[in-house]
Formats: sequence, C-alpha cells, structure tokens
Amino acid sequence: MDLYEFQARQLFADHGVPVTDGEVCSTPEQARVAAERIGGMVVVKAQVKTGGRGKAGGVKLANTPDEAEARARDILGMDIKGHTVHRVLVVAATDIADEYYVSFLLDRANRTYLSMASVAGGMEIEEVAVTQPEKLAKIRVDALEGCTPAKAAEIVATAQFPAEVADAVAAILVDLWQVLVKEDATLVEVNPLVKSVDGRVIALDGKVTLDDNASYRHPSHEELVDRAAADPLELRAQELNLNYVKLEGEVGIIGNGAGLVMSTLDVVAYAGEEFDGVRPANFLDIGGGASATVMSNGLDIVLGDPDVKAVFVNVFGGITTCDSVANGIVQAINLLADRGEPVTKPIVCRIDGNNAVEGRRILKDFGHALIEVVDTMDDAARRAAQLAAGK
Amino acid sequence: MAIWLDSNSRIVVQGMTGSEGTKHTRRMVASGAQVVAGVTPGKAGADVDGIPVFNSVHDAMRETGANVSVVFVPPKFAKAAVEEAIDAAIALCVVITEGIPVMDSAEFFQLSVNSGKTRLIGPNCPGLISPGQSNAGIIPADITGRGPIGLVSKSGTLTYQMMYELRDLGFSSCVGIGGDPIIGTTHIDALAAFEADPETKAIVMIGEIGGDAEERAAAFIKDNVTKPVVGYVAGFTAPEGKTMGHAGAIVSGSSGTAAAKQEALEAVGVRVGKTPSETARLMRAIIAG
Repeated sequence: MDLYEFQARQLFADHGVPVTDGEVCSTPEQARVAAERIGGMVVVKAQVKTGGRGKAGGVKLANTPDEAEARARDILGMDIKGHTVHRVLVVAATDIADEYYVSFLLDRANRTYLSMASVAGGMEIEEVAVTQPEKLAKIRVDALEGCTPAKAAEIVATAQFPAEVADAVAAILVDLWQVLVKEDATLVEVNPLVKSVDGRVIALDGKVTLDDNASYRHPSHEELVDRAAADPLELRAQELNLNYVKLEGEVGIIGNGAGLVMSTLDVVAYAGEEFDGVRPANFLDIGGGASATVMSNGLDIVLGDPDVKAVFVNVFGGITTCDSVANGIVQAINLLADRGEPVTKPIVCRIDGNNAVEGRRILKDFGHALIEVVDTMDDAARRAAQLAAGK
Repeated sequence: MAIWLDSNSRIVVQGMTGSEGTKHTRRMVASGAQVVAGVTPGKAGADVDGIPVFNSVHDAMRETGANVSVVFVPPKFAKAAVEEAIDAAIALCVVITEGIPVMDSAEFFQLSVNSGKTRLIGPNCPGLISPGQSNAGIIPADITGRGPIGLVSKSGTLTYQMMYELRDLGFSSCVGIGGDPIIGTTHIDALAAFEADPETKAIVMIGEIGGDAEERAAAFIKDNVTKPVVGYVAGFTAPEGKTMGHAGAIVSGSSGTAAAKQEALEAVGVRVGKTPSETARLMRAIIAG
C-alpha cells in the first residue's frame, strides 16, 4: 500500500525523522485555521498518490491565512493525472538552502535492501539516475544488519554530503531505517531532504510503501487505508477475502491461481481484438481450493459489475479435481438463485485438468441456459469475448 | 536424474500436524515421495499416519536422515521455522507458505546465504516435483510422468497447466519458485541446474510481471544455456501499480512489464508463446526435432 505524503510524514515523525509543522485539511476553512495556528508563510500541498504535483499547480505558497484558504480552494477538487484532490497538507514554509535525496527500498534483484542517496535532490530521482548517475549513490543494506550508524556514515560519505550536514543526515538515515523496519515498509523515501537557511536538516516530502503481507503485525495501519478512494467492488471483494482487481473491460474473469488468472486476462484481451476490442473487466483469483462458497462470492462480485457483459470461469483442476470444481459452480449458481440474484449474464466455463471429463459432464447435465462449457482456454476466451461483444 | 529432488530425497514436513500440512503430507506419500518425519514444536512423539513428529528439524534430521524440508507453517511463524531449518543445515528447504512479510523473507534469505548450506525454494510457491521420483510441496503428482522437459515457473497453476498440456511428453523436474518479491531460488538457478542435468533436453520458463528476474534470466541464457528454452510471460493486460494476486506481481512505473520481459527473452533466442497452449506447441515442436 502506497501512503499519502501526510501519512508518510506522520510515520517519519513517529520515528524521529524531523519534519515541518503542518496539518492535513479537507476544506479551505480548515486550511485557514491551520495557517493561523502555524503562523507565517505556509505551503498548501495537494495530497495525491502521484508525482508531478508541483508542475500541475498542486503546490502553492501562501503568505497569510486568507491566501492559504484561497489556495486550498483552488487545489481541492483539482484533477492531477487522474487523481482528484480531496485533501491538502498545510505546512510551515521552509527557507531552503540545499536539497538532497535519501531512501531505503527493497532490492528484489539482489534480494536485500538498498539505500539510495544524492546531493542532487528535489527532482525526480529517476531523472537523476539517468542524467547524473554519478550523483546517485547506491549502497547495499544487509537485511540482518540493517542501517547501523557506521552504515549511515558510509552512505553519507559515498553520496558526498557536505561536511556541515553529514552528521545530521546520518542520524536521519538511522531513524529512517527504523521507519522501514518498525512499520514493515518496502520503500521509505525523502525527496527532498533539505538544509534550511538556518542550518536544520528536514524531511520536506516523503513516500512510504507498506508491505501488505505484514498488516497483521500493524493493526494501526488499517486507518491508513483510503476507503473513499477505493473502488466499491474492490472493497466488497476485500471484505469477502477475495483477490480482486477492477479493470476497464466487459469480460468478467474468475480463475484459480494468480498466474493462470493473469494469463486468462491476456488471452481474453487477444481474443477481444476480433470482437470490437472487448477487454477483461477484472482480475479475480479464487485460489487453489475453489470451493462453492468462494465461487459464489466470486460470481456475485463479478456479476455485480455493471460493465460485465459475459463471464469467463477458467479453472485448472489440480489439487481440487474438476468434478468438485464443477459441483462448486453448480452450487454457486443455485446459491445465487436462492439469494434472489439469479444469473442473468452468459457464463463460459473452461475446466481442465484432473477429472476434466467428469467435471464437464456435471456442468452439461446441470443444463443452465446461460452456461456454456468450452474445452480449451483459447476457445473459451474467444467465446466469452464474442458473447461480451453481443455477437 | 532430476534437479534438487530425486528418489533418494528424504522429506521432513514442518507444520505436518496442521490441516494443510497433514493433507499435503498424505498427497506426497501417495505420490511415492519418502516423507520420513514431521516437525511441530512441542508435539514430539506424535505421528501422522505413522510418520513420526519431532520438536525440531535438527531432531528430525538426526533420527530419520531427512535432507529436504517442506514448510506449511502459517506466515506468523514461518520465519522461525525456516531459520530453524537453515540452522540445522538442511540441504533444501521448500517454503509453501503464502503471505510472509517480505522483511522476514529478506532476513531468512540472507541467513541462508550466510550459512551456505541450504537452498531455499519459495516462499509462496507450490514446491517442486520430479515425476516418478519424489514430490516436495503441493504440485499434483497425477498430471504427468517422467520425461525430458524441465520446467521453472513463478506461478503454481500455470505450472500445472503446462504439465497438463505436455503430459504425454513428461518432465524431469518442475520447480515452482514462487510469486513473492524475494524468493530463495530464481529462474537462473533452475536454468543452470537444468542445463547441467543430463535427463533434461529442453526447458520451459514461465514468468510474470514484476521485478526483472526474467530479463536477468535472459542474459544468463545467452551466455550459459545451450539447451532449447521456450518461455511464457503472464500479465500483459495488468495495469500499472496494481498487485495482481502474487505479492511480487506488480508493474511499477515502466518497470516489470510483460512486454519488456518477452522482448528480453526473444532477444536471446528464447521462443515466447502468446498463450500457454502456444507455448506448449513450441515445446512440442522442439521435442519432435
């Protein structure tokens, strides 16, 4: 889960990384009150999970509380790269002398952690990596040893931070590593880390990505989830413990196993090229077991998507044999009918693997007018795309 | 021959007395694997279908000569279980558990590197099977038999699908390396082992979006693999920034896309199928000569 800036800076503050005084606001009036309390010049910053806010006009200086209210009014509701601004962060303005960059992140390729640091901060770090690679220090951080004071000193020296900020930056690195460890983050980034004119080193903006697998150790992270911004179908699927991602398309997809479902989306998209460009409407992995309850919950979610015109159920019977999968589908459809939500859209089923013949027979014997059984994944994808296109 | 797992493998199941552990122990035994022990701390003296349970991997190894562990321990306790297997210096530790925090995986992976004695496979994987010889994990054993193809895949069900498509040809070993951001055994490790395995004549490599493991595997194939390789990559339609089921399956910005992986593989002569069935056809043509 990616966090908003105001959430990231709260985690920074919790672990001793210095941040400026500030408040998150969802109305222009709140922005005025915040600016009055903070005093002096403030910056009003759009809270969206995307880069390039400044260029889009989402970050503005305000000299007075009146101005802060006006700037907040301009920014709230603004669309930045498809993200609507619902909140602004009002922070004390800082007189910046120098801008730097520091981060810790998971290094998948080397299966460890990496620290990146640069004295060329303030711009997109991807850009620094391309235009001035010599200015971006990358230092491996051992997962077992972590960022010790000695490691922090090494990072500071490698990135050639000026002597007058070296100690302060090293101390921040040690604290920032604690944010990563204590909060189970896969990315903690400060950009820019600044030296103010009066000589303080402060995290002015930050990004944090949390590891969803670790949420069981962090009950407090639940409140960082932005329910208002989430897709309603995704939220419902989450409540039902289903692995669902809403996409822009017309063919509802249900399958077992993340790889097979991703593959199903691709095969449907290829097939759709022949039929008015119909696309997969979602990703939904019902897992290895594919029980009747999970199948009916899955069908419920997918059929609840008004964009869906046809459904493709693609299951490989491995651990669970195809006859039990087929029985699961039959029970799921009966369950939905019992709930008063009978199936009204065509469903193409491809079940293959162990006991495939028996599984297909069960579905054919069920004899539901809207269920078609197709033997191969490619043919079934084609049929589902055709039905979704109304052909 | 096969890679990493053969008829001499003696398996200890960590978490054998749990419901998943018991279920899959029975499946492994039914498929002919030698499951010699189970481990559940505090349950020494118990048994599952006559297979003795020990308090620790160390005890199980000493008493039964176990040399492969398969971990079915829930995420919360998985790190301790894997660290115990590494401390006991077991040769192969297969971590089936899904949902382990990545920091735990980073720590136990580093521990395995430091110890230098244990190969980790997974986490979040179906394990590996050498058909007709042994089976360590949850891959269904009745899909296909022994044959000339080696398979390495990030995905469980795509592994089963590919085994099924090529079931008349058979496999030397099929290795599910898992869909997490940090995994103990990579495509490259499996490619190197298949290259060295005389029974393996050709290799299927299945990848998916996220990270750059496939691109790195392509570079490795160029310089080190002489056997024919066919590839498949899932996730062309995956949107940026969304995790697609597997914790590691995410396109971040412009990195980790299926298109980039396909391009890298094709650039080194790997034939990449557009669908699983086309991939199977490519392999069939290679085996037919």
